[in-house]
Parts: sequence; C-alpha cells; structure tokens
Amino acid sequence: MFIEYIVGLSGLIAAGLFIYGLKAMSSPVTAVSGIVTAGYGMVFVVGATFLNLFNVSPDARPHLLVNVALAVVALLLGCLWTGWRGRTVQMTAMPQMVAIFNGMGGGSAACLAAVSLLSDHATSGLHLSVTIVGALIGCISFTGSIIAWAKLDGRMRKPVRFGGQRIFNLALFLIALALGALAVMQYGTPEGVLPGILFFGAALLFGICMTLPIGGADMPVVISLYNAFTGLAVGLEGYVMGNPALMIAGMVVGSAGTLLTALMAKAMNRSLTNVLFSNFGDTTSTAKGPEGEMKSADPSDAATSMRYASSVIIVPGYGLAVAQAQQKLYEFVKMLVADGVDVKFAIHPVAGRMPGHMNVLLAEAGVPYDMIYDMDDINDSFATTDVALIIGANDVVNPEALTDKSSPIYGMPILNAYKSRQVFVIKRGSGTGYSGVQNPLFFQKNCTMVFGDAQAVLSKMVEAVKALGTA
Amino acid sequence: MDSVTSMTFIIALYIFMLAAFTGYVVISRVPSILHTPLMSGSNFIHGIVVVGALDALFNATTLTGQIIGFVGVFLGAGNVMGGYVVTDRMLAMFRPSQKQTPEKKGQQ
Repeated sequence: MFIEYIVGLSGLIAAGLFIYGLKAMSSPVTAVSGIVTAGYGMVFVVGATFLNLFNVSPDARPHLLVNVALAVVALLLGCLWTGWRGRTVQMTAMPQMVAIFNGMGGGSAACLAAVSLLSDHATSGLHLSVTIVGALIGCISFTGSIIAWAKLDGRMRKPVRFGGQRIFNLALFLIALALGALAVMQYGTPEGVLPGILFFGAALLFGICMTLPIGGADMPVVISLYNAFTGLAVGLEGYVMGNPALMIAGMVVGSAGTLLTALMAKAMNRSLTNVLFSNFGDTTSTAKGPEGEMKSADPSDAATSMRYASSVIIVPGYGLAVAQAQQKLYEFVKMLVADGVDVKFAIHPVAGRMPGHMNVLLAEAGVPYDMIYDMDDINDSFATTDVALIIGANDVVNPEALTDKSSPIYGMPILNAYKSRQVFVIKRGSGTGYSGVQNPLFFQKNCTMVFGDAQAVLSKMVEAVKALGTA
Repeated sequence: MDSVTSMTFIIALYIFMLAAFTGYVVISRVPSILHTPLMSGSNFIHGIVVVGALDALFNATTLTGQIIGFVGVFLGAGNVMGGYVVTDRMLAMFRPSQKQTPEKKGQQ
C-alpha cells in the first residue's frame, strides 16, 4: 500500500518534470536545462519502479530473482548500445537515429500490449480493445521507423511502389483490425492465441507496407508522425497498465508530436495526406529537362568574386553536411567578414534532412546565431545581393517550384537565390537533388557551377582568399 | 461493465484530454530551429514506456512473458538512453554559439 503511493507519486512528479522540460525545450535559451530536467524525471521514475519489486503478484514471486536479473541486463544492454550509438553517430545521421530510437519505443509499447493479452487477469472488452489499438499503433511505429531509418541511411534509396498498393495496404490494415477483434473476442481461450499472434504479424507488416512507398524527401515528416504514434501507443498502454504517468507522458508527446508533424508538413508545403498517399519524387513524370549549358568555374575565381563583393548570402544544404565542410565554410566566411563583406546564411525550413537540422549543423561549426536567417526574413534580400553561394543544396533553390505547375515540387516555398546578381553553386556533379528534379537555376545566365566536393572546393577558396591578402 | 471500470475509463479520457491540450500548448510557438531537437526530446519522453515494461517483466510468470518483457525493457531502455543522448548533443551545440555572440559584439 505504502509502496503504491511512493511509486504513484514518483510517476506524478516525473510527468510534471516532463511537461516542464518540454516547455523549456521550446525556447533556445532554456532548451538545455529542459532536457536535463526531463532526464531527472526519468531517472526518478525508473528508480521508483524498482520499489514495485516488493509488490509483485503472488504468482510471480518465485520467478522474482530471474525477472530482476533479466530486467537489469535488458536495461544495461539497451542503455549501453543506444548510448554508444547516440554519442558516436555523426551529426548528419541524427534524423535516422531519432527514427530508430523512436521505433524502439513503439516496439516496447507493442510488447506491453502482448504481455497484457497473454496475462489471464480477465478484464473488460473495452480494456482489451484499447490494448489492441495501442498495439496496432505501436507496431506500425516500430516497423515504420525501421524503414524510415533504412531510407534516410541510404540503405533503401528508391521508394517501393506497385499497382494496387493502396488497396493492398487498406486490405492489410483491415485484416489486422479483424484479427485484433478476433483476439479480443476469444481472449483467454486457447483459440485466441493464434489470431493474437497473426494480429501482431499483420500490424508489423502494415507498418512496413505503409512506409515503403513514401519518398525519402518526406521521411522527416513521417518520422515526426511515428513519434506522435509512439506517444499515443504509450499513452494507451499506460491506461491498460493503470499507470497515469505513462498516460500523461504518452498523450503529451502524442499531441505535441502531431502538432510538430503539422508544422513540418506546412514548412514543406505538403499536406499529411499528400505525404502518406501521393507519389512524391517520381522521376518518370518529368521527361522534359531545362535546356541550355551549365557554366563552370574554378574555386579560386569564385572565391575572388566573393572577396570583392559587398554582400554574400550562403545557402547551405545537405551536401555541405555530407562533405563535413561546415567548419571549412565558416573559416571561409570569417575571412570574408574580416575583409568587410556582409555575409549571411539563409536557411530553408527543411534544409538538411528535417526542420532545424541545418541550424544544428551550423551551430556545431560555431556559426553565431545572428548570421543565420530564416527563409521569410531573408527572401527579399536576394534581389539586392551581389553573390548567392549555394552549397550542396538543390531542391530548396529550384525556381521551378514557383513557376512550373507540372513539377512534383510545385508549390514548395524556395529561397530566391536565383534573384541575386551572381549565383555560385558548389556541387559534386550535375545530377539532380533528393526529389529527382532537374534544376533550371543551374542553366541561368547569372549562375556558375563550381564542381567538386564541398570540403575540397572550400579549402581552395580559403587558399585563394589568403593569397589575395587582407584589405 | 461495472461502475468502477466505467468510471476509471471516463477518468482516463479526462487525463487524455488534458494531456493532449498540454502537449499542444507547450509546443505551439516553437521556433523552427528547435524542431529537430524538440522532436528528439519528445522522443525521449515517451521512453517512459520502459517503466511499464519493467512492471510487466517483474510480474512475468511464464517463459513467453519473460521473453516479451525482456525485449520490451531492452527496447524501452534504448528509447530512453538514445533519446536523451541525441537530444543533449543537439542542444549542447546551442551553448557555445550563444556565448560567442556577445563577445564578438564587444570586440567590434
């Protein structure tokens, strides 16, 4: 009795700390303290849960020693593996790490549901239905996140699509629901076990099939959606287990995650239904490419023009991060600033792989906040800027998104780099961007390509500016 | 369904409603630079599922229950630790650049 109060209250305190931490995390000034606060809450509630050892059901008492040993081993394994992966992973690979950790949470929620279904503490049909719904959502989040990880990690480059896929997915979803209903109706009988197992199989398979046709460019939105899914599944399983802390934390994340998903989708000018059910990134539909020749220049020529420009706007993209060239870029920028050039960074809402990703990458290189501008704040300045330097970005500066209604990226807001007097593009090759769409900007008269790896090109640019000496 | 069960369910709906509004209000007005860290942070918070998995494992009586519980705790712990480490790393990057900005202004 006494223990129940302690554990229950610790859950309450943790839930409070989570909400406080989340609030703190939504401002750059307090963000760091936010995650630490939430971390304390988590340590506290996990520690208190071990008090439940004195309170296990009589049937489980003989197994207690084994169970505790298993729990400790599982905790250690889980923490060590992900802690090590999380510490060592490159910043560019963060989005897929978030996906995989999120999927683990969804899988854990699904495990909770499986345990509840296996236990013979007969409860109401309502209770069982909630368990099944939570399990379904958790399973989708689990396998869906794994597919999202594989796509972002470059292990699965092309979206998998086939005729009648939507019908197939719908049928699979309905089969999963039917199996779940069957498992609820036959709960507690030996006949209920098989539909239960099949239900989990169908739910897991549905998570895979639902994610397969979605293009890589839409993955951030999908990960955010699955993040909300996991929250929801955790909340529902919290109800099943009679644990209000899980209910609150899960539902807070469920709604916050849904809002984040909507914000991200809005930043990319895509509706959620579009992301989930349309064929974005189909290269086959864009047969006609822009006409003309690309001009290319030497890194040192480009650097010289920037050195003698009065204003430069830099548009960084994922290619910059892949080349690990943020530091080099900032070194180059510092030299330009020292020579009196007005340099700004323009960040597209989805630069990198998800909103805010590029800000994180630039912050890592030490670029101060006040040089970084959001799309809405800087878009009008391009027309009065001497040089726009585009590094490893493509789709986010594609003017076709504004003009060509047949383009798959039509309607996506872009950075108006094409309006500046001179455009330099550092790019590895003349290929297309993540969406697979050719970019007419590269054929424009005021545009010059600087082909090469961003790291190498920027090194040459730094050399070139050094050779010119300081003004 | 007896009255206690239905009452518990209704109370659960109240909790869900209030929690959903809380999540919505807390996140609204977040600047876009914090979208990714915030997603990762909320990812960490739903790692609390590990608490439920621990309870399930503590009360396991069969081998199947123990296996599922073990997997559940492993996945949940991974969610917690991975979510924390990744969020912390992302947010830590905002620290030095914040300090740098006033210094730079002082020099000018």
